[in-house]
Amino acid sequence: MGHLRESATFNRSVIAEIQRAADTGIYDIRGWGAKRPLPHFDDLLFLGASMSRYPLEGYRERCDTDVVLGDRSAKYPLHLDIPITIAGMSFGALSGPAKEALGRGASEVGTSTTTGDGGMTPEERTQSKFLVYQYLPSRYGMNPDDLRKADAIEVVLGQGAKPGGGGMLLGQKISPRVAAMRTLPEGIDQRSACRHPDWTGPDDLTIKINELREITDWEKPIYVKVGATRTYYDVKLAVHAGADVVVVDGMQGGTAATQEVFIEHVGVPTLAAVPQAVQALQELGVHRKVQLIVSGGIRNGADVAKALALGADAVAIGTAALIALGDNHPRYSAEYEKLGSAAGFFDDFQDGTDPAGISTQDPQLASRFDPVEGGRRLANYLRVLTMEAQTIARACGKSHVCHLEPEDLVAVTIEAAAMARVPLAGTDWIPGQR
Amino acid sequence: METLVALDLATTPLREVNTALHAQGLTGDYVIAHPDGAHNIAVGLNAPIRVTIAGHVGYYAAGMNQHAHVTIDGNAGTGVAENMMSGTVWVRGSASQSAGATAHGGLLVIEGKAAARCGISMKGVDIVVGGDVGHMSAFMAQAGRLVVRGNAGEALGDSIYEARIYVRGDVASLGADCIAKEMRPEHHVELQSLLAAAGFDDDTAEYTRYGSARSLYHFHVDNATAY
Repeated sequence: MGHLRESATFNRSVIAEIQRAADTGIYDIRGWGAKRPLPHFDDLLFLGASMSRYPLEGYRERCDTDVVLGDRSAKYPLHLDIPITIAGMSFGALSGPAKEALGRGASEVGTSTTTGDGGMTPEERTQSKFLVYQYLPSRYGMNPDDLRKADAIEVVLGQGAKPGGGGMLLGQKISPRVAAMRTLPEGIDQRSACRHPDWTGPDDLTIKINELREITDWEKPIYVKVGATRTYYDVKLAVHAGADVVVVDGMQGGTAATQEVFIEHVGVPTLAAVPQAVQALQELGVHRKVQLIVSGGIRNGADVAKALALGADAVAIGTAALIALGDNHPRYSAEYEKLGSAAGFFDDFQDGTDPAGISTQDPQLASRFDPVEGGRRLANYLRVLTMEAQTIARACGKSHVCHLEPEDLVAVTIEAAAMARVPLAGTDWIPGQR
Repeated sequence: METLVALDLATTPLREVNTALHAQGLTGDYVIAHPDGAHNIAVGLNAPIRVTIAGHVGYYAAGMNQHAHVTIDGNAGTGVAENMMSGTVWVRGSASQSAGATAHGGLLVIEGKAAARCGISMKGVDIVVGGDVGHMSAFMAQAGRLVVRGNAGEALGDSIYEARIYVRGDVASLGADCIAKEMRPEHHVELQSLLAAAGFDDDTAEYTRYGSARSLYHFHVDNATAY
């Protein structure tokens, strides 16, 4: 086979997709986020303290992790113990027990979890100390009673996996309960809108945010979530519209079901979006007053610390949280292979055939998943992320993880230096700035 | 006899007016004077009260209404009665776009005309419009009934799910997957009841029923042009 030469342009994966498209006549739909290599937090490094800065004693000196979200105009802002939140994922995309586990894990470590495009379930409300209720274009299950039960409201304009795209849930997952919550027939391929039905543009959003405040008597923080694209402008407009918190989701952010072409070719990397968002907040004089939550490819405490150092107030995790619950676990290797996938590669969240019982509405598969055990695993993982971020923050001499700053960072690639706006390591060169 | 409570937006901030209307265990009649096109009037009501807004309103009047009976003695801006759950919202004049958007229940009556996207993504509400409705009305309508006593603009019922639409006049064009359907006896009964609830007694034989062809319910190559 040594004489065979694979085309870099038409490699086996590309050829397989052309063949699949020709066979079916419909685009490929999958879950997960962008899988292509992208400049990311891995391309940044911290400058630990030595002579010019002094570090904090690793196991003795305090390094706090708490964060207050939404104190600009809400009567009851969220005071979280750690700056790592759980991103919006719908009941429908995920099973009821999986949603419950997200609530359990988040609550155990004092952070928030978030509903999704399918309404609020009693399981997640009961198990979540802090629950953020998403307000989406579809408005599936949206009702004022749940709005009043929420701890914060997140107006979703888009998500990193598909900025400009609407929701999608294939028929296999529209079980009787999911159908009832969404007011849809059972078993249909559900398309949901990409734009809100009753407002367009930032002036309307201002009025909409005020409506949500009036309905809930100005008690709850209002977040605005955008998929990372024209982040600088979108963040400015979100702040003008009255957001208490802006959530920016980069293109590595996950989805339960979206066209592959959308996931891989629309949006910008998280790394590129964070400095744009921070610049917008700084220019408006509201950095640290309107909080910034960053998501899309957060995997470890270093990613958390880097996002905070670039100016985020908190991060959100979705894909990593599902992995912590048990998604793609090797114990299901044989079953992943039967589905034509493998542990570590499985991304067919749209199919509802998840052997781990997480991204499914099949009662038998869902029953494999133990929400108590899942919650414990998630809490463990969140504790590790937090301790890792603290380790780095102490090494940089910070008594709070949110005291990390761009000055603590360098980049190891020119691309990352340009996007993150920190110097290339060993130089004082920030491409595009000087 | 319930007393009538007067609230005046010329002298009372909106936030105080809405907070007063959110009080626990509220009953009785309320009049809101001098609305002057303000947005978000009487939103989030959750009691069987009667509220009359004495004039024109801006966006989202009576948004997310539960149980209350709200009368708008004028025209309504965008998204009147958006996401209503129950109760009644009655507009004496005309309504701007997205009237009754995503509403899950209750009755919305618009005596005049309604602009574009009336009943967009409706999820169980009943809407009766005295005059015409604009383009893309009942877009992605999931459940509930929309009655149009006048004409309907372009792309009526585009990508409709299980909502039913009754139109007396002309329809400029139907949206993807929306088709005319037979008026069976139960539809005449249903329509008559909806019209009566809104104070009309039209001959239901003058109406045509529209609904989903259900051909877009599953992704399929044959539907590619409709997506």
